[in-house]
Amino acid sequence: MSASQSAAAIAAARPPPGRVTLFWRAFAENRGAVVGLALMLLLIVVAVFADVVTPHSPIEQFRDHFLAPPLWQSGGSERFLLGTDDVGRDILSRLIYGARLSLLIGLAVVALSLTLGTVLGLIAAFAGGTTDVLIMRIMDILLVFPSLLLAIVIVAILGPSLFNAMIAVAVVTLPNYTRLVRASALGELARDYVTATRSAGAGPLRLMFSTVLPNCTAPLIVQATLGFSSAILDAAALGFLGLGAQPPTPEWGTMLAGALQFYQRAWWVLAFPGFAILVTVLAFNLFGDGLRDALDPRLKR
Amino acid sequence: MIRFLLRRVALILPTFIGVTLLSFMLIRLVPGDPIEIRFGERGISAERLAELRHEAGFDRPLWRQFVAYEAQVAQGDLGTSVVTHDSVWGEFITLFPATIELSVCAILFAIAIGLPLGVIAAVRRGSVFDYGLMGLSVTGASMPIFWWGLMMILVFSVALGWTPVSGRISDAVYVVPWSGFMLIDAWYSDDAGAVRSALSHLILPTIVLGTIPLATIARMTRSSMLEVLGEDYIRTARAKGLGTLRVVVVHALRNALIPVVTVIGLQVGTLLGGAILTETVFSWPGVGHWLIESIQRRDYPVLQGGTLLVATLVMLVNLGVDLAYGFLNPRIRR
Repeated sequence: MSASQSAAAIAAARPPPGRVTLFWRAFAENRGAVVGLALMLLLIVVAVFADVVTPHSPIEQFRDHFLAPPLWQSGGSERFLLGTDDVGRDILSRLIYGARLSLLIGLAVVALSLTLGTVLGLIAAFAGGTTDVLIMRIMDILLVFPSLLLAIVIVAILGPSLFNAMIAVAVVTLPNYTRLVRASALGELARDYVTATRSAGAGPLRLMFSTVLPNCTAPLIVQATLGFSSAILDAAALGFLGLGAQPPTPEWGTMLAGALQFYQRAWWVLAFPGFAILVTVLAFNLFGDGLRDALDPRLKR
Repeated sequence: MIRFLLRRVALILPTFIGVTLLSFMLIRLVPGDPIEIRFGERGISAERLAELRHEAGFDRPLWRQFVAYEAQVAQGDLGTSVVTHDSVWGEFITLFPATIELSVCAILFAIAIGLPLGVIAAVRRGSVFDYGLMGLSVTGASMPIFWWGLMMILVFSVALGWTPVSGRISDAVYVVPWSGFMLIDAWYSDDAGAVRSALSHLILPTIVLGTIPLATIARMTRSSMLEVLGEDYIRTARAKGLGTLRVVVVHALRNALIPVVTVIGLQVGTLLGGAILTETVFSWPGVGHWLIESIQRRDYPVLQGGTLLVATLVMLVNLGVDLAYGFLNPRIRR
């Protein structure tokens, strides 16, 4: 037996790759997605260990260092790597705490709208008839408004605060999940295994959550990832308009709003928070696109 | 075709009523009593307040107030601004041309750049150009446009001094406001400086508002082209010996455009939402700027009427896209 033959035999004897391996291979094919994942992990680590990695407190005001430039510009110092804002707060530290805030915003908004949307979508698919029409009509109405405008209206009603901005963004993104769950649930309901489970005596709740829902998760995971990025973006836009987090909260959009009076003199108070928003949203979008391709090869183009 | 048309039109009626219900609720849910907001600062007595409340119909049952509101909206009465005391419709219609002008320029910019880029990326699939463009397109779609606009101002207006920072035209030129569209009015003013000023004010907001649609259109064109380029009839066309340019532009692009046109139609909501941010950043005197100001001034009738108008507009454009699609593609008429 030659060496190449035995190598082939060993390869043939190796167990087939598991689901995780197969998924990772499909996912890693998309280089952008891997970059997105790496950025996401970095952001999460930074956000979790914000207390340890920040050089200063995000709200401490250094009275002798108003609008100090970043390190590489003349007048910059190692003490404030990305400079300070108009009241002498360290921008880098605020950005790092902002990362924590933005990820929490994304998490809370997605959790809220995903849960509510899943329940509504399942009810619409299972109940059918008037209930279905009513739920889907309400979603259509929400979709008619440009998302930012609807969020603005909701915040106008509830009052400007970070919490209310999160509720507004969750309501705005609700129709996406409801439609998605309803469509995939309707697809599954026609399958034999659902009929079989039903005739075996499973109640509606069991059918909904433990029979049908697990088979609708792939598109939901993708939507939730992309929902993360739009939640962060919309919450930042509300913060920028003065309708989201209020100063001195180190939220990126709110920081931009605060920079408006000074940005022509001090570009760094403007450039870095926006760049942080861009990178975060980009990371989630890249990751979400990669997930979609890996989970559903039919959509791949 | 007529049945399809009637069905689609009938379908938007309940949506419209839902939208009016939402805007009706808005004025009742915002903090503060609407009558007190309107007259409150003048220190009127409690009896007079009750009288005014009665006159405005705020003491009637909610459903009757809603019916009255529907009748009012049906007659085109969208209320009066608390701050300026002008009718909401009047204010909207004066400011709306500014928003249309900006949105039209933005979508034209997005199509003019996005469509060819998407086609080239599809034809050169897997090339450096393709990867580069797709990377840029995800970046564009992830852009916080309020920051993007400010960065543009910082670079092109402040550092380079090429473009003005805000507004629609320089204070130094006077243009007769005839159509409300600054480019048209400036053109008819026979003043070359006016046209140049209007254009230079328009360019940055156009790019900023057009960024997300540009990214979407480039991406959509690319994937739609890739699908069509794989079809048999394209191979036939190539086999006949037709040149690449002819195959791509005449044979492939025409069919690939159908989903792209739908995507362009669906950008209206994105544009109007983006206009709120773009107009705020550039102090562009349009509807988006007006809505944000209405919140800051607690001018809730304006927010109510403006929101209703914008939502109705999106609904009508979506209907138009739907009808056009049914007209172009008989299969979906059902």
